[in-house]
Formats: sequence, C-alpha cells, structure tokens
Amino acid sequence: MTIMKKLLASAVASALMVGGAQAEISNNTVKIGYLADMSGTYRDLSGPNGLKALEMAIADFGGTVKGAKIEIVTADDRNSPDVASSTVRRWLENDNVDMVAGLVASSVTIAATKVIEENDKLGLVNGSAASSITNEYCTPNHIHYTYDTYALSIGTPTAIVKEGGKTWYILTADYAFGHAMEADVTRVVEANGGEIVGSIRHPFPTPDFSSFILQAQASGADVIALANAGADTTNAITTAAEFGVTQSGQTIAGLVVFLSDVHALGTEAAQGLQLTTGWYWDMNDETREWSDRFMKETGARPTMVHAGIYSSTLQYLDAVEKTGSDDAQTVRKQMMDTPINDMFTKNGRIREDGRMVHDMYLAQVKTPEESSGEWDLYKILRTIPAEEAFRPLADSKCKLISSK
Amino acid sequence: MSQTDIQSDIQKTILKQQKAEDRRKLMLNGILLVLLLLAPFVMYPVFLMKILCFALFAVAFNLLFGFTGLLSFGHAAFLATGGYTTGYLLSNFSGLTTEMGIIAGTLVAAVLGLGFALLSIRRQGIYFAMVTLALAQLVFFFFVQSPFTGGEDGLHGVPRGELFGLINLEDNLNMYYFVLVVFLACYLLVQRIVSSPYGHVLKAIKQNEPRAVSLGYKVDRYKVLAFVISATLAGLAGSMKSVVFQLASLNDAHWHMSGEVILMTLVGGVGTLLGPVLGATLVVNIEYQLGQGPLRDWVDPILGAIFVLTVLSFRSGIVGEVQKFVRKNMG
Repeated sequence: MTIMKKLLASAVASALMVGGAQAEISNNTVKIGYLADMSGTYRDLSGPNGLKALEMAIADFGGTVKGAKIEIVTADDRNSPDVASSTVRRWLENDNVDMVAGLVASSVTIAATKVIEENDKLGLVNGSAASSITNEYCTPNHIHYTYDTYALSIGTPTAIVKEGGKTWYILTADYAFGHAMEADVTRVVEANGGEIVGSIRHPFPTPDFSSFILQAQASGADVIALANAGADTTNAITTAAEFGVTQSGQTIAGLVVFLSDVHALGTEAAQGLQLTTGWYWDMNDETREWSDRFMKETGARPTMVHAGIYSSTLQYLDAVEKTGSDDAQTVRKQMMDTPINDMFTKNGRIREDGRMVHDMYLAQVKTPEESSGEWDLYKILRTIPAEEAFRPLADSKCKLISSK
Repeated sequence: MSQTDIQSDIQKTILKQQKAEDRRKLMLNGILLVLLLLAPFVMYPVFLMKILCFALFAVAFNLLFGFTGLLSFGHAAFLATGGYTTGYLLSNFSGLTTEMGIIAGTLVAAVLGLGFALLSIRRQGIYFAMVTLALAQLVFFFFVQSPFTGGEDGLHGVPRGELFGLINLEDNLNMYYFVLVVFLACYLLVQRIVSSPYGHVLKAIKQNEPRAVSLGYKVDRYKVLAFVISATLAGLAGSMKSVVFQLASLNDAHWHMSGEVILMTLVGGVGTLLGPVLGATLVVNIEYQLGQGPLRDWVDPILGAIFVLTVLSFRSGIVGEVQKFVRKNMG
C-alpha cells in the first residue's frame, strides 16, 4: 500500500520534472518539528539546548530557503512513545510539518519514525543510541546522524584492547539494551585478542553499585566495561571513584557516556574514563568557533548531539535549497548524494539504510590537574575511522538493504 | 390532615426531587454524548482516543478506590498487560481480527487481576497498597526482561487491522467511534454496578468494613470481584491504547502510570462517576498543552502542585465540589 503510494508519488514527481514544472516547497514554508525530552533524564543531552542548536542552524542558513519561510514547532516527548506518536502524527497530518528533528529516547524514535514513514515525511534522528534504528527498524524516511550503540560499544573496546587492555570485566544492565551491548563488547574484545574474565548483571535501574564495583575490582581485570547508560553509568562511575578503581590501575570503559554526564560527574570522579564520542567541542578551530557561539547562547558547551542537530539541520536545508523541494524522498536522496564536510565531521556520508557514517573518536576524561576549566574534559586519544565505527551493510537486517 | 396524607406528601416531594435530578443528569449526559460524537470533527481524533483510553483506565481505578475504598498502587500492571498481550497477538498472528486481540488482552489482565486480588486483599490500608505496588513491580521487570516486549524500545508496529474483519480501523474516525462505543459501554457498566445491590455492599465496605462483616457479607469475595472487574477494565483500556497508538511501551507498566491514574481520579473527583473522566481529560490536556508551550520544563512540578492543592483544599475533586455546590444551592 505505502509502496504503491510512494511509486505513484515519485511517478507524479518525475512527470512534473519532465514537464519542466518546478518542484515545490509545500505551502511555501519549511516546517520543522523539534521533539525531545525537555524535562526528564535526557534533558541535558539534547533538550532545550538542542532547540537552540536547531535555531542557530536556521539563522546561519539565512532564515529562509529559496524564499520559503522556515518555521519551528516544538514539543516535550516526556520520554513516552505514545506522546511521541500522537504529537508527530498531529504535526504531520494537521500542521504540515515537513521534518522532525531531535528524537532522543529510542522507544520515542522508533514510534515517531513509524508515523513519519506512514506520512512519507523526513526524520533526522540525533539523540537516540539504539543501532536498531537503522537496522530492524529502518525506514526510507529517516536518517540516524550522530552516533549509535554499535559505534559506541565497538569503538571503545577495539581501541582499548589494541592499546594493551587485555582482560575485561563487564558490568551489564540486566535488560535487552545491556545484554546487546555485552554481546557486542565480548565479540569485539575476543576478536582483537582480549579475554573476558568475568561479568555481572545489575538490575535496571540500580542506585547502589558498591557490591558490583567491588567484584569487578576483585576480578583484577585490566578493564571494567560499563554496559549500561544514563544514571546507571554515572552511579557506577561515582562508586568506582570512591573505591579508587582508576587509581589502582584499572581502566573504566564507559560505553554510553556524554559530555553532559562527565560534566555533571566532574573530573575528580570521572578521570581516566575512556569512552567513544562522535564529536568533541575542543577538537579544532571550527568546532571551537561554533561552540563559543553556542556557549554564548546557552551557557553550556555543546554535546555531540547538539552538534549533530546543528549539522544535520544545515544539511537538510541545503538539500531543500538545491532541489527546491521539501518532498521527503527528493531531499533524502540529495542528502545521500552529498558528502558532509562541516564542523561536525569530514567526509561523512549517509548510507541507504539511513545511517550517517563518519569518524568517531576515542576519548579519555582528563584528570583534575590536566583540566584547565569546567568544560575542558576530554583528551582525544585516537580517531576511529568511519568504516570501522559503524555496522557494515553486509550485516544489516534493514529492509531497504535486503530488498536489493 | 391525617398521618398517611403527610407521609404520601413527603413521598411525593422526594419523588419529584428525584425526578428533577434524574432529568438534570439525563440532560447533562445527553449534552456530553453529543459533544463526544462531534468532537473528532473539531479536535484531533488520536488525541481524543488517548483521553478516552485514560478515562476508561481512571474509571476502572475509581471503581476500586472511589467506591470500594481499596487504594491499589499497581494498576499500571493491568494497563500494560492488556497492551502488551494485544500488541503481541495482533503483530504476530495476522489471522486475528482486532476485537479478538483486544478481548484476549482484556482476559489476560483479568486473570492477572485475580492473582493480584487473592494475594493483596489479605491486608488493608497501606499494606494493601504496598503489596499491589510490589506485584506491579514484578510485572514491570517481567516486561523489561521478556524479549517479546522489545524491552526499553517497546513493542512497535501493532496493526490496527479491521474490526470484525469488516470495518477498517486504519481510518482515525472509525477507530474513534469504536473506542467511544467501548468506552461508553464500560462507563454504563460501571454506573450499573455502582447503583446495583452489589455496588451498595461495596460502598458499605468502604464506609465501615467491620459492620459489613457483622451484617453477614463475605467481604473478601466482594473485594476480589471488585478488584477483578477493575483490573479487567484497566486491561481493556491498555488493549485499546495499544491498538490506537500501534505500540505498547514500558511507560504503561512503570509505577509512574499507577501514580498518574491516582492523580486523574483525585483531581476529577474520587467516588463520582464523571470525576475520573474529567480528571483524565484534564491531566492529558495539561501534559500536552504545557509540553508544547514555554512552560514545558515545568510539567511535572505543575502536576505535582495540582495534586497537592487538590488533596489539601478540595478533596472531593472537581466533580465532587460541583455536586456539593449544586446540592447546597439548588436542592
């Protein structure tokens, strides 16, 4: 049914092109819906500052695209898939929204992208972690931009094993997300010649990590990997700091850690933590220039998600301008054909499954002595090339790939 | 005037008053019904369906809390069980029509409700609430761990399908009227239950349980039945919600949801029929409207303040206060 619709739509579109009629921007307005957690757990990761990043992108683009206005509507998803699904449905069906940005909690993103696919609009996913978003839940109507769990759980272990961290102990959140990451880490560590000496599962969520950290410490492993996220990760790191884990020579590898988490923890607690990030504000002049402007607006340094929102919005607007259309498929194709070279990444490209592949970075949190200020938090240890960082298409379960 | 004349006069006045009140109620219900029928042409149908699902959930909760006096802190478990069961069945067995999926979800929630009830009614007051909360947490962890629920990601892509294999529910208007019919049927059922002799026993239990026991009622049986009916209706609300949104998620199983339904019921008016419906409408609207506006960072504190305000200054909720006012000034 939807395929028929799409075929028909593209047939009509190409007929128009052939006829020389100009492709159009509907209602002469490009309307962007920003859906994110504005009040809950993921507020710092994306939230109101992400909206600011979106507004900065629109302002930098010039405020209009091909003479069409650019409008923003926003909503708090409250981390609830039903709020997301009903809000996005209303935006697309009643309010003529062309593109949905933000999209943080994975459950919210999967619910929203289903609705976006039904309405054949476009979603630019920046906040979500789950790699399933471009795997079993992929649609021809969204792009996953900044990072995903595959990149995070592959990047850090590969790099650490290569750097000599041979024995591993894994602390896993006891639910699907944690299990998947544990499996990824195990595979990568073993493939690179490391060894898993033990693992323990903790309930989700866990406020007190002492017994788990003590066991990890007693295992004598070189590396303690945290296959969890959010508050569980920060709690585990705080506890590890109290027990002096890094000081006694063990490395802690955080799999899903953001700049906002490290900022909240402080260098005292988080020092020595190794993690993978898609972007860091203090990498080069371009990133610093943008981050300074961002900081002036918001009072905080941007996370990789904020940078991703900025970059992806510019890419989107650029594609709308080049094609003169806000039709989802036309714009997506244009975006796929255009390599991404901006302050976010160099030579990034969007694959047909909707995954934007780009270089990722292995970072280490600085010690209080090394850090020169509140936001001087990471040392970049090495670059993880795009080909290594993301799931190869050969392993993809995405319907857009297998249909070929 | 003889004694009997006076008596019959009094009876006549009472009857008259009752008739007047009945007329008033009928008119009010009629107006509400017309509004509900016309609503999808003015407002967004999916949003209205969300309100109806939560209203049904609150009505179910209120049957137990408002009329029987049992504060369950685990009703999210039934909402989620209904939702996940229906979602799983409809996504995996394409031969099932939508109503079969919904009925199955409702039944599973009913069975779970029976299990909860048999364990929890052995205790009273705060202990009862804690037992229901503990059991609901067990259910939550079951859903977190089970592969079929998709864990944190949720269960997505539930097909709306066709009602009785005839009516296409992909159409929002069809879906809305289906949800409305189910909601009204359940609302009338609860109304009937509450005004039946059985309902009067429930109220007696709420007011004075030892006296109900001393009158010879097997109180436990009444409580179990009330609990099961409430759980069944909550499950039905969850089942319909999963069809409307085409997804089931952990949010429905989280204890926040059990708290939210208490808030809806209290704000609207506990122990009244329309109260939970109004409460659900209000809470869902507040969440939505504030979530869009400049106050979006403040949704939870605002809801919290409303809760505190309700409990402190108008404990019988909006509908309860209006009823008091009407009785005082128009009686």
